[in-house]
Amino acid sequence: MNLKEYIELVFTDYTLRTITLGTAVLGAICGMLGSFAVLRKQSLLGDAISHASLPGIAIAFLIIGTKNSSVFLIGALISGLVGTFWIRGIIRKTHLKSDTALGLILSLFFGFGMLLLTYIQKRPNANQAGLESYLFGQAATLLENDVWIMVIVTSISLLILLIFWKELKLLLFDSDYTKTLGFNTKFLDILITTFIVIAIVLGLQTVGVVLMSAMLLAPAAAARQWTNSLSVMVILAALFGALSGVFGTAISASYNNLSTGPVIVLVAGVFVLFSFIFSPQRGLLFREIRFRKNRRDLKLHKTLSFMYDIASTHENITHPHAIRILNNFQGFTKKSLQELEDKNYVKIDGNMWSMTEIGYKTAANLYNQLTNSKDE
Amino acid sequence: MSSAQIEIQLIASLVAIACAIPGTFLVLRKMALITDAISHSILPGIVIGFFITQDLSSPLLIILAAVSGVLTVVLVEFIQKTGLVKEDTAIGLVFPSLFSIGIILIAQNANDVHLDIDAVLLGELAFAPFDRLMMYNTDIGPKSLWVISIILLITIILLFSFFKELKVSTFDAGLASALGLSPVVMHYGLMTVSSITTVGAFDAVGAILVIALMIAPAATAYLLTNNLKKMLILAILFGVISAIVGYWTANLLDSSISGSMTTVLGLIFLIVYLFAPNKGLFSVLYRQKQQRIEVSLLTFLLHLGNHEDEKERHVKHLNEHINWQKVQSKSVLNLALKNNMITIDNDIVSLTKKGKNFTSEAIDYIITNKNAEIENMKDRFFLFRG
Repeated sequence: MNLKEYIELVFTDYTLRTITLGTAVLGAICGMLGSFAVLRKQSLLGDAISHASLPGIAIAFLIIGTKNSSVFLIGALISGLVGTFWIRGIIRKTHLKSDTALGLILSLFFGFGMLLLTYIQKRPNANQAGLESYLFGQAATLLENDVWIMVIVTSISLLILLIFWKELKLLLFDSDYTKTLGFNTKFLDILITTFIVIAIVLGLQTVGVVLMSAMLLAPAAAARQWTNSLSVMVILAALFGALSGVFGTAISASYNNLSTGPVIVLVAGVFVLFSFIFSPQRGLLFREIRFRKNRRDLKLHKTLSFMYDIASTHENITHPHAIRILNNFQGFTKKSLQELEDKNYVKIDGNMWSMTEIGYKTAANLYNQLTNSKDE
Repeated sequence: MSSAQIEIQLIASLVAIACAIPGTFLVLRKMALITDAISHSILPGIVIGFFITQDLSSPLLIILAAVSGVLTVVLVEFIQKTGLVKEDTAIGLVFPSLFSIGIILIAQNANDVHLDIDAVLLGELAFAPFDRLMMYNTDIGPKSLWVISIILLITIILLFSFFKELKVSTFDAGLASALGLSPVVMHYGLMTVSSITTVGAFDAVGAILVIALMIAPAATAYLLTNNLKKMLILAILFGVISAIVGYWTANLLDSSISGSMTTVLGLIFLIVYLFAPNKGLFSVLYRQKQQRIEVSLLTFLLHLGNHEDEKERHVKHLNEHINWQKVQSKSVLNLALKNNMITIDNDIVSLTKKGKNFTSEAIDYIITNKNAEIENMKDRFFLFRG
C-alpha cells in the first residue's frame, strides 16, 4: 500500500477514519494537558492515575453488567480521582515522598483492579470478554461516539484552559505568588489535575493503562525543547500528540499484528528523541557544536596571545619566527594556524610566521579585554 | 492443604521477602518509581531472551532481563544528566518506550511465541508448582521456588555484608564518599539487585505485583518506625502476611493470586496510613488541631500580657479583639484556665504568675526562634494539652 492509497483509504474507510481521528484528537488533548503535568513536575502522576483507574472500570462493569464505554469512563474517572487525591493526602500528611506515594497507589489500585477483573472473568457472564483491552488499549474498538466524546471533552478543556489561562500560567511558575494575589490556588490545582485525569481516562480505551503515561508526557517533553513560552509549548505539544496519533495509526494499519497503542507511543518517542537531539536552543547536537566552537575559539585566542607575547618582545612586530617554536604549545594545530592566516592575523611564509598589524592589534585588545573584565 | 498450596504460599512469601529488602532501600532513597520503570522495561529483555532460548525459565532470560533493567536505569540517568527534562519525566519517557518495543516484538512473532502479555504483566502463581525442576530424574521442587530462593540468598548475603555501607550511602551520600565508600557502586549494586529480584519475582507474580511488593511493605513500615533494622523486619513481615492472606483470599474468590496479594497489601497500608501512631493520618490531624489551639493560646496570652487596662481584658472585648469565633475562644479560654495560666474574675481575665512566666518565655522563644524549645516549654507548663 503506498502513501496515496493510504490517504485515500483514510477518507473512505469508516474504521480507519474513526481511529485516525480518535487518536489524533486524543494525542492533541494529551499533549495540551500533558504540558501542564510536565511543567508541574507531575509527570508520573499520569502513570499512577492510568493504573489507578482500572478498578473503576471493573466496578462499573460489576454494577451495570454490560460493556458501555461511557459508563466505564465515569468509573475510571472516579477511581482515578480517588487515587489522585489519596496520593496528595499521602504526600501532605505523612513523610512518605511523592515517588513512594505514586508507586503505592499505582500498584495497589492496579492490583485491586486485576483482582476484580479476574473475579469477573470467572463469573458466568458472556459480556465480560474484551475488558482486558483496557490494559493495552485497542484503537480498533473506537466508535464514532467515542470520538465525539473526545472532541467534546477536548473543546471543554480548551475552553477552560483559555478562561483560566493567566491564572494557570501563574500557578505553574509561582504558586506562592498566585496565592498572595488572592487566587484560589486549591481550586486551580484541582481544576487542572481533574482535567489531566480526564485526558488520561479518555485515552485508556485507545492506548491502554500501561502506556497512557507516555501519551501524556512524550509530546510535552518534545515540545518543551523547542520553546520557552507556555502558549507555544501547549500548541506544539498538541500538534506533536496529534501527529503521533496519525502516524502511529498509519504505521500500525499498514502492517499486520501491530497494535496501535505501542506504535503511537514509539512514534511519540521518536519525536522526543528528535527534539532532544536537534532542537536549536537546547538540543544535544547544537549544544555539542556550540561547545566545540567555543573550545576552538578559545584555543585560537590562546595561540594568538602566545604569538603576541613573542612578537611584542621585538621592535618590529612583523618580524618572522619559526613555526617550530609554537610546537610545544597546546593550542596550536595546522588548522588553527590556517584559520589565523585566513583572518589575516598572521602571515605564513614557508616555515616561518609573522604577525600582521591587524593581528597584533586584535591580540593586544584581546589581552586588554581579559584584564579589563577581570578588573570590573 | 495440598503440597501445591504449600508450595505456592512458600514461593509467594519468599518473593515478598526478596522484594521487601531492596524495596526498603529504594523507598528510603526516594527511588521507588525506578522499580516501576524496571518492572516494565525488562519486557524486551525477556522477549529477546525467549526468542533465543525458547524457555521461559532459563538463566539467560534472567540475565538479559536484568541487563535491560540496568539499561533502563542508565538511560534514565543519561536523560537526567542532559538536563533537558526533569527526573520523573525521564523515567516516564524511557519505560513506556521499552515496554512498547517489548509488546511489538511479541505481537510480531505471535504465531511462534508462547508468551502471553497478561501473564508477563500479572504472572500466574497458581501455575508455578506445575513447572518442576528435575535433577537426575528426581523432582526437587518447582523451578520458580529455586530461582527465587537463590536470588533471596544472594540478596541476604549482600545485605549482611554491605549493611553499614548501604545505610551510610542511603542517608548521607556525601559522608559515604568522604569515608571512601563509593555511593555510585552502592547505587548500581542496589539497582542490579533490584533488577534481578524484579525479574526473578516477576516470573511468579508479574510486573505489577513486583512494584507493589517492593514499595508497599516498605512504605507501610516507614510509617511505623524510623529505625532501618526495624523497618526491614516490618517490611518483610507485611510482605509475608500479604502473601499468605492474599493466597487464601484468592482461593476464596477464585481470582488472581497476585491481585489479591496486592489488595491485602493495600488494606494493610490503608489501616496503617489512617491509624499509625505519630505518623498516621488521624494522629497527624489530631496533632495539627492541638498545635493550632496551642498557638491560639499563646497569641491570647501575649495579647493579655500587653493589656493592663481592665476594660481591655473583658471576656467579650477579647472576643472581638482577636477576632475569634465563639467556640474557639471558649476552648482557648478553657485550656488556659485548666492550665492555671489565667483567672477569670467578673468576666475580667487576668494572667496568673505562671501565665506571666509562660508569656515571657514564649516571647524569648519567638525572638530567638529556636524551634526545638517550644515543645520543652509546653511540657513544662502544660498540665493539659490542647
